[in-house]
Amino acid sequence: MALTTYVEAIRQGIWEEMERDQRVFILGEDVGVYGGAFKVTEGMLERFGDLRVIDTPISESAIVGAAIGAALLGMRPIAEMQFIDFISCAFDQITNFAAKNRYRWGAGVPIVIRGPSGGGVHGGPYHSQNPEMYFVHTPGLKVVAPATAYDAKGLIKAAIRDEDPVIYLEHKYLYRRIKEELPKEDYVVPIGTAAVRREGRDLAILTYGAMLYHALEAAETLAREGGIQAEVVDLRSLLPLDKDTILGAAKKTGKVLVVHEDTRTGGIAGEIAAIINEEVFEYLDGPVLRVTAPDTPVPYSPPLEEFFLPNKEKILKAARQLAAY
Amino acid sequence: MLTGERRATARAAAASPVGRPGGEAVLVPGDADLLKMLHFMKLTRALEYRIERKLYRQGKIVGGVYVGRGQEAISVGAAMHIRRGSGEEHDDIVSPSHRDMAVFLMQGVPPERILAQYMGRKTGLTRGRDGNMHMGDLRHRLIAFVSHLGDSIPVAAGCALTLRMRGTDQVSFCFFGEGATSRGDWHEGLNFAAVMRLPVVFICNNNQYAYSTHVSRQMRVERVSDRASGYGIPGETADGNDVLAVYDAVGRAVARARRGEGPALLEFVTFRMTGHSAHDDAGYVPKTLFEEWERKDPIRLFEDELKSRRLVDALALKEMESGIESELDEAVAWAERQPYPEPEECLTGVYHE
Repeated sequence: MALTTYVEAIRQGIWEEMERDQRVFILGEDVGVYGGAFKVTEGMLERFGDLRVIDTPISESAIVGAAIGAALLGMRPIAEMQFIDFISCAFDQITNFAAKNRYRWGAGVPIVIRGPSGGGVHGGPYHSQNPEMYFVHTPGLKVVAPATAYDAKGLIKAAIRDEDPVIYLEHKYLYRRIKEELPKEDYVVPIGTAAVRREGRDLAILTYGAMLYHALEAAETLAREGGIQAEVVDLRSLLPLDKDTILGAAKKTGKVLVVHEDTRTGGIAGEIAAIINEEVFEYLDGPVLRVTAPDTPVPYSPPLEEFFLPNKEKILKAARQLAAY
Repeated sequence: MLTGERRATARAAAASPVGRPGGEAVLVPGDADLLKMLHFMKLTRALEYRIERKLYRQGKIVGGVYVGRGQEAISVGAAMHIRRGSGEEHDDIVSPSHRDMAVFLMQGVPPERILAQYMGRKTGLTRGRDGNMHMGDLRHRLIAFVSHLGDSIPVAAGCALTLRMRGTDQVSFCFFGEGATSRGDWHEGLNFAAVMRLPVVFICNNNQYAYSTHVSRQMRVERVSDRASGYGIPGETADGNDVLAVYDAVGRAVARARRGEGPALLEFVTFRMTGHSAHDDAGYVPKTLFEEWERKDPIRLFEDELKSRRLVDALALKEMESGIESELDEAVAWAERQPYPEPEECLTGVYHE
């Protein structure tokens, strides 16, 4: 069977939605003639024409603002940020217009804002960021971050069909490094559902995005070397969080380690720790620990970036510390 | 501060249209439309008077009050060209700003709903979630603006993009003040609309002050419409206190947009006859300017014009005014009877339910 890469899964998801629904269109920088900086939109201009695959000026605020206007008139726009770092230029449109519209006057803004996030490819401070928490802190938005090709396709479809604005974070490190067989039939991955990627009773590692693979490797090592069975949960959706799965893992194992590539202060790990404390404190056998990037910009040079990013060894160290409780 | 030279420029701009494309015939409204325009200018003035001078001072308004006194000709003259009442597939779409009360009224929002909105009542357009002019309703083809002025420009362009995709002759109307033209979003939105030749008409109320900041501190060019050349679109400046000049300029730009000829930037020079909001006494504005612009009051000028055309007389004006006052008496009474939202409603409607 043919294997589908993560980037191709995103492309397929968008393509199929554009075939299914005339209201779906994509706009962004270099998405048309060039097919997108990472080729997510390759071939779409030829198939769907320049009114549905729109090359825009370098104007993230206008890209998102125009998407909002189109959505208010019944369209289903997908706004591409060439690198997710540039989403900061559209921050106001996203947080003040898109996010608050429905609450203020009942007009929903069904837009998808998507783009490549994350480090590990030596992109430096402006091509490696993880901006999720700016948006997780904004009521009215949804934020998803797929880690597998299956989820990449299922979540982009769910995002396009959603009635509210969705920030869809694709991890550029995974674009061509992972592949899997995908179902032929149409499917969606519901927003707000986590996935248990590995069963275990001794501790739970909660993570998302590219960190999933480091967590899974660490879990294998823990099992092999110390007989520690770690449960690994792929959050997939950061807003809303799948509280049931998170709390279930905490209750089952009593020990929770949260791993994210995002920086430490104000990262989702702090929020998850607070939820676990509030709701299932009596089940805990140890503190909720975090493995995260430090509170710095994402550095460029390989030794610096390697130091910055969480990895298997850092996860193992924290997991062993937690297992000892 | 306002230099003599700048004042002279503003006057010159107001005296005759600048940048008017040659060959376009002057658009002249019919008699019924003239009376309709006068009605809405007077209704707007009266409604805002109630809100600012009565209800606000009586402590019945929840938050700030922003009125467009002295600027009614712009919203009314422009809104005459908004196509409405013929269904989503034909009606135009509108992004008003905070001095455009007339646009709401002319799009069919009843005054009592606006009053309820100002009072934070459940039956206001935002059900108490937002205040004053921060309101919209897609059934009236009105998009609510946000305090971050300028944000509406890309949004209005996106509406126009949709209209272009659908191949209709509908138009997106986008209103803002001269202060908003300093925002990055404004420039991104204009450029986007220009590059894509979108059917959107950008309508600037240049009332010369953004809060306390004079227009000379907003921009180095003489006119807002000068900025149009930076985007390769037509720019035109006309007298914002002359409702017929506004009617003409907007009508011509709308016709071009309907024909697929792309956007235009229209500037209407007027004066903010109030502070920024009801709490602001505008002590920073030279009194002579208020006196000068009081003499150019758009409603009085228009009344004089219609009297000279024998379309109205003193009696007709009095009847129009008393009709408006009794309509507003009822509207205020209705709004005051409206309930506040239940506290728990705070939690609902963040997402699709």
